[in-house]
Amino acid sequence: MTAAGRVSISIRNKLSALNPLFLDVINESHKHNVPEGSESHFKVVIVSAAFEGQNHLARHRLVNGILQEELKNDIHALSILAKTPEQWEENSTVTKSPPCLGGSKESSDKE
Amino acid sequence: MFLTPISRISRGISCVRHSVIRNAVSRSFCSDSHDDFKPKRKNIPEGMEEVSDLIDRQVKENQVMLYMKGTPSQPQCGFSLQTVRILNAIGVDFSSVNVLEYPAIREGIKLYSDWPTIPQLYVNGEFIGGCDIVTTMFKEGELEKMFKDAKLIE
Repeated sequence: MTAAGRVSISIRNKLSALNPLFLDVINESHKHNVPEGSESHFKVVIVSAAFEGQNHLARHRLVNGILQEELKNDIHALSILAKTPEQWEENSTVTKSPPCLGGSKESSDKE
Repeated sequence: MFLTPISRISRGISCVRHSVIRNAVSRSFCSDSHDDFKPKRKNIPEGMEEVSDLIDRQVKENQVMLYMKGTPSQPQCGFSLQTVRILNAIGVDFSSVNVLEYPAIREGIKLYSDWPTIPQLYVNGEFIGGCDIVTTMFKEGELEKMFKDAKLIE
């Protein structure tokens, strides 16, 4: 389900800079050991021609860079699936994120 | 002295060895030496240099190095668990540090790698990525090929 909280809106707005063909911002916080209503754990599925010619690390660094403020202040974990339009056409499967194992006791800390 | 236990998975057997890093030897530079001759460091804040040096040694002294939450036998995060499972499935020997036990390393590795999350995988001193990248590379066969090319698996 696509989230609509402050952080997810901010993520969506900022990633629109990559002119995505497809963008899904999924708040997965409810699957983790955090208070209800949290916006701390996200999965981003983004398809953009901006990723062409880039390896996995470069794509993730690009997204991390765009979401630098959110990663610094709000986001505890960020799962990224970044594909080019051609790759998305070949395979648009989105794998489930691994289940939470409880994490550290200090749940307010970053991953 | 900075003492940090590193878990080591070798042929399925888990053991712990300690990495002992002595205090960095202080260097003195000629007062009128040009900045160009000073050692180049990543943008590491003051006070974090010792941790950065420790991490630098860890990733260089351990061919496959995983910074994770929990230990390989008891991961405390789903993303760390998935990464461990993949490394075990490939059958590569690896070392790990439980960042939950070492807050300085937990913060230090993020600065060192310029990467905001844990887990983080290093191979031969090179940052490979986190759980998503390791998983994608595993599914595409890239991870196994990388380990084979590096002669870390047969």
